[in-house]
Amino acid sequence: MCVVCGCGNGKITRKVNVPQEVHHAHNYVRVHEHGSHDHVAVDVTSGDLHYGAGPANVSVPGMSQARAIRLEQDVLGENNRYAADNRTYFAEHSMLALNLVSSPGSGKTTLLCATIEALKQRASSLPIAVIEGDQQTSNDADRIRATGAPAIQINTGKGCHLDAKMVGDAFSRLPPHYHVGDGDQGGVLFIENVGNLVCPAMWDLGESAKVVILSVTEGEDKPLKYPDMFAAARLMVLNKTDLLPYLQFDVASCIAYARRVNPSIEVVQLSATSGDGMTAWLDWILAQRKAQIGGG
Amino acid sequence: MHEVSLAGDILQIVEAAEKREKFARVTLLRLEAGALSGVEVSALRFALDVMAKGTCLHNAIIEIATPPGQAWCVQCHMTVTIMARGEPCQQCGNYQLQPTSGLELRVTEILVEDE
Repeated sequence: MCVVCGCGNGKITRKVNVPQEVHHAHNYVRVHEHGSHDHVAVDVTSGDLHYGAGPANVSVPGMSQARAIRLEQDVLGENNRYAADNRTYFAEHSMLALNLVSSPGSGKTTLLCATIEALKQRASSLPIAVIEGDQQTSNDADRIRATGAPAIQINTGKGCHLDAKMVGDAFSRLPPHYHVGDGDQGGVLFIENVGNLVCPAMWDLGESAKVVILSVTEGEDKPLKYPDMFAAARLMVLNKTDLLPYLQFDVASCIAYARRVNPSIEVVQLSATSGDGMTAWLDWILAQRKAQIGGG
Repeated sequence: MHEVSLAGDILQIVEAAEKREKFARVTLLRLEAGALSGVEVSALRFALDVMAKGTCLHNAIIEIATPPGQAWCVQCHMTVTIMARGEPCQQCGNYQLQPTSGLELRVTEILVEDE
């Protein structure tokens, strides 16, 4: 950077690149040849010369002055602060929060309904609550409520993902007894994200883990096509396996592709409608919850 | 499409700085979007251009640096460069990679003018 005017056009260490039209935007004609590297602004009325009238903050009072401000701020910093608050709250209440992500139509809501019913049988005292994200309608929350579990629908309008503030707002509207709990009283909060295999990957909601659901009616190479989501997930649920006999879906290739983008991703294969594989899924949930409350 | 949300977040960061630093306009906005950050740079640029109108970012030049991804190769025991997730290690061809950088999405600097 030129230490006099702050521009980067001289053959000196490049720091700030000041475009010509914004450099010395005032009533001066600039004599600023970087071949010779002069730094002079000439007042057109008086002919006076002004040195150092640039972004290096060598101040000339009353003159338009360019300056550089270092920000170094994470674009998602605000979301991440809300996410950290959510995470702290969930931890304090021993609540396992799972962020379920997938394309539209992978069977997330069907899987959730089946999961809630199965958990009722297996761990009847376990409180379960659901936050549903969709662009429009409360159809999914209605399906969840029909199981007896409390659910809050978030309609994002034109939004393509849930963010941490939305989840905090929705969680505060769930019935009070889902907010209390100590030790092993804490339950499971399922957050069903907007059906979208791209955008929700970037937003931390304060969840314990992201779970990506992929149905076998989709392409087995989806992990390669949408790597960010599979990289962000701890578990891949391969759903609708009851349809495998009717499809050309190579399960082994799909898992290999998922592990290309995320070598440590865990995999559960199941069918939410037939019930096959549900035990492994419940085992995984209960193991995560145990880890959450410090039991292993 | 999430680039529109991100552009909104970037604008908020810049407007918070405007409130704090009391400048008239931004002439240059410098961002960093790593190769593994999950951001489509052209979409982000488009969203910023659209949202800048009527704000202190109007007519600002937007520079987006895209540092490459780096990952630890479990096989080679060394840091290697990758340009996208799902790419193999250039040394051994294996996929046992743990990304270590190129994930960042940051507003690094603005150049502003006072009036």
